[in-house]
Amino acid sequence: MQIAQDDLRRMLRLMHTIRSFELTAQTLFREGLAVGQFLGALHSYEGEEAVAVGVCAHLRDDDCVFSSHRGHGHSIAKGADVRAMMAELLGRESGISRGRGGSMHMFAPEIGLMGGNGIVGGGTPLALGPAFAAQYRGTDQVSVCFFGDGAASQGVFHECLNLASLWKLPVIYVCENNLWAATTPICDGWPVADLAPRAESFGMAGVAVDGNDLLAVYEAAGEAVGRAREGVGPTLIEAKTYRHRPHCMVIPEHRPEDELADWHARDPIARLEGHLLREGAISDVELADLVTEVEAELQAAADFARESASPDAATFADYLWA
Amino acid sequence: MRNVTYIRALNEAIAEEMKRDEAVFVIGEDVADCGGVFGVTAGMMKRFGRERVRQTPISEAAFTGLAVGAAMAGLRPICEIMYVDFATTCMDQILNQAAKLRYMSGGQVTVPLVIRTQQGGGTCEAAQHSQNLEAIFAHVPGMKVAMPSTPYDAKGLLKSAIRDHNPVIFLEHKLLYETKGEMPREEYLVPLGEADVKREGTDVTVVATSLMVLRALEAAETLAGEVSIEVIDLRTLVPLDFEAIAASVRKTGRLVVAQEAWTSGGFGGEIVRRVCEECFDALVAPPKVVGSADVPMPFSPGLEQAVLPDADAIVDAVRAVA
Repeated sequence: MQIAQDDLRRMLRLMHTIRSFELTAQTLFREGLAVGQFLGALHSYEGEEAVAVGVCAHLRDDDCVFSSHRGHGHSIAKGADVRAMMAELLGRESGISRGRGGSMHMFAPEIGLMGGNGIVGGGTPLALGPAFAAQYRGTDQVSVCFFGDGAASQGVFHECLNLASLWKLPVIYVCENNLWAATTPICDGWPVADLAPRAESFGMAGVAVDGNDLLAVYEAAGEAVGRAREGVGPTLIEAKTYRHRPHCMVIPEHRPEDELADWHARDPIARLEGHLLREGAISDVELADLVTEVEAELQAAADFARESASPDAATFADYLWA
Repeated sequence: MRNVTYIRALNEAIAEEMKRDEAVFVIGEDVADCGGVFGVTAGMMKRFGRERVRQTPISEAAFTGLAVGAAMAGLRPICEIMYVDFATTCMDQILNQAAKLRYMSGGQVTVPLVIRTQQGGGTCEAAQHSQNLEAIFAHVPGMKVAMPSTPYDAKGLLKSAIRDHNPVIFLEHKLLYETKGEMPREEYLVPLGEADVKREGTDVTVVATSLMVLRALEAAETLAGEVSIEVIDLRTLVPLDFEAIAASVRKTGRLVVAQEAWTSGGFGGEIVRRVCEECFDALVAPPKVVGSADVPMPFSPGLEQAVLPDADAIVDAVRAVA
């Protein structure tokens, strides 16, 4: 599959933006802790950047994404403003959900970002909705649901595959199989090693990809989005990947050191950079500039968040009713 | 004026709104071919087609979640859950998702969803087909809750619920379906949040919901000449027309709340709380709540009738406070 070099550079930049966002978010979280403020759970997407970026590269603003508790990467890849996202982490009025949602509930419906979810598997049936709406209206939008291997053990997930395939809905289920459901290894959660084959039992397309290989994710997602737009039906993509951090900020690392080292060696950003350098699509200098620019952008976002005002406490009842 | 059944009233409301707005569709189990197991959507498939009357697998979590997501995408789903007891299999979609999406998104997401279901005992269907769960829905902020007692209210409230921009839980009662009532030929709406004085009186206020409104009216007839009862039909629990309750209690000084739900932990206790907090000075006797005995519904007819509150129970309660 041929991908324009501009597109690859753009995707690399997004991956760096996600990585830098997470590192900056952890700094803000620790700043909060230092003054006795616990800013909720924070689930890092570091290590999984190729999945969100490779999938969302095929989406338009009128396509919907339903994210998970580990959703910063999906939000950035869908085009969310990192300043508003950072302000949300601090609960500011300028936050992407006006400080009412926090890390797990970032919404920007104008670009199709339909929110993260604090319930593991909670987004899986919601994602059927915009897919149904597109079919109902005869338009060609698609709906994408990102979820983890933990969510794949929920009953509702299987109901969704059944209904999506039965009605040939334009929905793409993207499992980020990072091998750990919080602190439980996948061998204690699944009696089998792979998720993708479950698609076959529902009569739908299922494909497993190396989730740390942007090119592989991009290609698989392109086929899935194409099938959905053409009305052929849904796809289940199992992206095998790994998170660099523990489940969240307050859970210590418990995974085997050799496993961590093995996956760090397969870092998706380093792999894409290696590819681009070998192809001559980017130079060392351009790469260094890109990283410097992204880091400056995230520092500015953090400053914006710190300087933004918190919501007026008297407004706690706002936005309940339409 | 015409005399029509509660089922017919609901059917007309759905058909009128589907005709008025193409975004309105019906989704649920058995809703197309047989028109729902209670016949509320009879004839809809023939009139509006299978695309707008979507018959689903037995998969409440998936299709209710789909309805929530479709509402987020701008459609106006009428989601039928056959028995309120079955809604317990999709409480995540109702309580965690539908009720909270607008708030969590800082007002960016709108969920114009109606969940129609029916509840109540009296048909020997035992413990998993006879519950009254309105208090659960009313307890969680973010959903409106309607409980019509007459065909007139059923039609007017359902039309308002479909046009409302918020999630509405619409609780019908299985024993009301065949009841008849007067209804104008012209179109009308009953607003959500307005209680109705079904019978004026001076001595005791009886606040009732759903089937218990009919039982309260029977009790008022029984006690005519002895105690003058004012029967207030709440029609919706959320929004709650507390002003109507307060105005009546200030007149009578005596309160009985009649609900079919279990007596303990129900919405009746909530009404007593509000009256005690806000109208304590007007009370001349302790308020009473009439409800079901606090046990799962037994199957055997004699046991079931012993558990359910009837008109005599209301008569006894009224005499106790009068």
